[in-house]
Amino acid sequence: MSLRNQFGGVCGFFVGTAPRRFASVSVLLAIVSAIAPTKDFFSQWRHYQKEYSHFIRTRPDAGRLQRRFESGIHQIWIPEQRVVDRCTTCHVALQEASLSDVRKEPFRPHPAIPHSLTEFGCVVCHHGQGAATTVQEAHYSTKAWEQPILPARYLESSCGQCHMDALEGTPQLNLGRRLLARYGCAHCHAITQPDGTLVAPVDEPPSLEHVAEKTTREWIFAWTKNPQAYAASATMPNYRFSDQEAADIASFLVAQSTPSDNSAKELPQSVASLPGSDTVQEGTSLYGTLFCASCHAIQNAAGNLVGGEMAPELTRAGNKVNPDWLRRWLRAPQGYDPKTRMPRYRFDEKQIALLSSFLLSKKDDDLLANVHLPASDAQSIARGKKLVSDYGCVACHRINGVNPPESFAPDLSRIGSKPLFQVGFLRGMPETLPDYIAGKIHDPRAFGPALKMPNFSLTDGQIEALTTALLAQTDRAVTMPPELVRSSPHPKYHPGGDAGRLMEDLRCQSCHAINGNGGDMAPDLTFEGSAVNRAWLLDFMKNPNTLRPALIRRMPKFNLSDAEIKGLSDYILSAYQASGFDSQALDLSTLNSEAATRGKQLFYSKYACQSCHIVDYKKDKGYVGPALAGVGDRLTPVWMYRWLKNPNALLSGTPMPNFSLSDDEARDLTAFLTTLKEHKKGGLK
Amino acid sequence: MRPLHVAWLTLLLIIPMGCTKRSNVNPPLSSNVYGAQIVQVSGDKQAAGVGSKLADPVVVQVNGADGNALAGALVSFHGDGLVLNPSEALSDPSGQVSVSVQLGGIPGSYQLVADTPKPGGGPTTINVREIALGYQEKVGKEVSYKYCATCHDPESTPERVSNLDNLTPPLPHQFTDGNTLNNMSDADLIKVIADGGPALGKSPQSPAYRSTLTQAQIKAVVAYIRAVADPPYQLPATQH
Repeated sequence: MSLRNQFGGVCGFFVGTAPRRFASVSVLLAIVSAIAPTKDFFSQWRHYQKEYSHFIRTRPDAGRLQRRFESGIHQIWIPEQRVVDRCTTCHVALQEASLSDVRKEPFRPHPAIPHSLTEFGCVVCHHGQGAATTVQEAHYSTKAWEQPILPARYLESSCGQCHMDALEGTPQLNLGRRLLARYGCAHCHAITQPDGTLVAPVDEPPSLEHVAEKTTREWIFAWTKNPQAYAASATMPNYRFSDQEAADIASFLVAQSTPSDNSAKELPQSVASLPGSDTVQEGTSLYGTLFCASCHAIQNAAGNLVGGEMAPELTRAGNKVNPDWLRRWLRAPQGYDPKTRMPRYRFDEKQIALLSSFLLSKKDDDLLANVHLPASDAQSIARGKKLVSDYGCVACHRINGVNPPESFAPDLSRIGSKPLFQVGFLRGMPETLPDYIAGKIHDPRAFGPALKMPNFSLTDGQIEALTTALLAQTDRAVTMPPELVRSSPHPKYHPGGDAGRLMEDLRCQSCHAINGNGGDMAPDLTFEGSAVNRAWLLDFMKNPNTLRPALIRRMPKFNLSDAEIKGLSDYILSAYQASGFDSQALDLSTLNSEAATRGKQLFYSKYACQSCHIVDYKKDKGYVGPALAGVGDRLTPVWMYRWLKNPNALLSGTPMPNFSLSDDEARDLTAFLTTLKEHKKGGLK
Repeated sequence: MRPLHVAWLTLLLIIPMGCTKRSNVNPPLSSNVYGAQIVQVSGDKQAAGVGSKLADPVVVQVNGADGNALAGALVSFHGDGLVLNPSEALSDPSGQVSVSVQLGGIPGSYQLVADTPKPGGGPTTINVREIALGYQEKVGKEVSYKYCATCHDPESTPERVSNLDNLTPPLPHQFTDGNTLNNMSDADLIKVIADGGPALGKSPQSPAYRSTLTQAQIKAVVAYIRAVADPPYQLPATQH
């Protein structure tokens, strides 16, 4: 009771008479209108700016820093990028290079990058909310704003919004993009890049249309259960099938298999018909001298993979392949799989027998020891077909009677801007997009046992790289003005005519690039016709000897016929010409012995070329570049001259530096190099 | 007390209990094994992109007074800006503890401190340095792997065979050789890269890269050399 009286008394004091009422309303108004300036006065950004102006007084260039510092809210406004960034209000020193030793935020200058702050602002790369002026709102997710700052470990993804080609400063993004193509993500997921192109898979999974010819139901079962148990480097993911499911799939794949073109061909003789005892030993050394390891890897005793990753690992090939299939395959791989990258070597019968004997010896007796499958029946085959269809096996492999699925898996073109309310996070995981993507790649089925996405065997670093590449697929990237998107064209090139068919048969472009198309294992052949002499080329095709003794990857010997060698060489010499390589480019009469003497001096003293190139195998040791012993036989003088003047113009990205040689120096060096001849005996005329 | 009061009180006590999250934090580890010394086994001076996880864990080992490895000793890890997992652990039967390290978001050196309590009280510690590369240093790393490492790095990899042993003295310095390279100014490093060894009176075996690399690439190589220098590079004090 007394409380109410007291309250009434207090109210009466303020609202009793008109002047009192006026006074109290005025006071109230004053308080209300003071709230905003007070909040502003105690705002975070003002606090940071005050701290900064105290801090710069301690610096040696205090005067300059103070003159450059402006208090108040700063803003970068770039309408065409939809950028309104006030980050520089707190991050006041982003452009102060003299503070590069400072590690206290928000007073660090921005590390050196190729873009200026005023060109792109901050959020294009760092995400977050640019218009905010408090740390919480700018950096973290709120109810109204769910794009937090992108963690530094994924920062390279932002470069990928505009840059389609590999950049020197973004190793992680580059790796991620290679993995997207290599691990076949794009077989199931459509990923349209900002330049409008789809990510194209490069893994080329084998056709299974004739698989029963190649292997057994038992092997298919074991492989389907756990591909990495067969080959540590296998990119085939683990679907975690049950024993029953794997057996059903194996039954179906064997049942659907039809005979390949090869099956009708005569069977090459087996090693049993060869005289001599140690055929495996002989086969092992043949595997080495043919440089199979350029493409295929085999695990050594220490468990390390030795060899290339272009073609399947062969550590346990003996567990997998049917001996008859193997010998027919070695003779004509394309008769089994027309799309294989394996060249058709012209192996003779003995080579086929020896190689197959070596490969069949590569086996692990435990791999299939416990695989005992019941006889295949119609129900099992039907269940297998349903599994193959449900799990989208045909997105990667060709299989008889099952059509490739359409839009099988979610489109990932804008995964980097996926709204968080659409994401089903796991309990306990940080609720951010990068964590979701990385988690999904790490263990897809953790997000729901019914999900079809399989488990890929990836390291933490690979997952980080893949996440980076996927985070580049943002809404902003899609709507980026086209003039900002940097990508180089990817022309398709296939050589034509008879020579083209031969080059197709030999799969030259598996290793060599020509006109921007092909592999990067071997030298680019786009201008090979301008570079080499005919006699050398004929000789090299007959008996490829290496120019780079330090490399384990080599040009294999294809056992080509003389007619094939002539046809192919003439095609290369006429078709693969650079422009401006006529005789006008260099007066050959100036390549005399005086010039050669001066050139030798330049080679050994002024430019120390021998530190990278071998001219004399007895004396020189450098093997960064190709050996130049016999280079006078190999390269045309005009090519040498033009190459010395500007190597990068003839082969973009070559490690050979441009020495800024004068015309005279380049001519003298050319004169010296043309004297380096080996005078080989034999070969074609 | 009346029953109504008791009910109110109970309710008041129950509500906050329901609201507090049950804490999942493991009880702190403890051990009565004390080591005399802690040493670094592997994983120091790794260079990786800012914010990323180092490829290899850092492994330290606790030794007893007799110099032998000591199992069951408590080792704790800390480091400004680093995310360390686990932050403390007991040494395994070989006396070792391994910790995964995620670098901070700022380019530069990070110190990981591992310590273990000594018998008489107080810790014995070891510092391990790790290196975070920013954009410029990453460019420098890429460029130097392509153009420089064949001669400047004695290690061979399957993709790159070192050419160092094939050169005639004076031999190139490793980019981590801070004792030599820290004494060279940025300007001198840029000069020797751009104009070759003879520009500073050094070997012509080091070619001039002026027409091969851009100025930005050359500066990036210098930034990378500074980042990986051991002992660490200090900015000159009189730069302003």
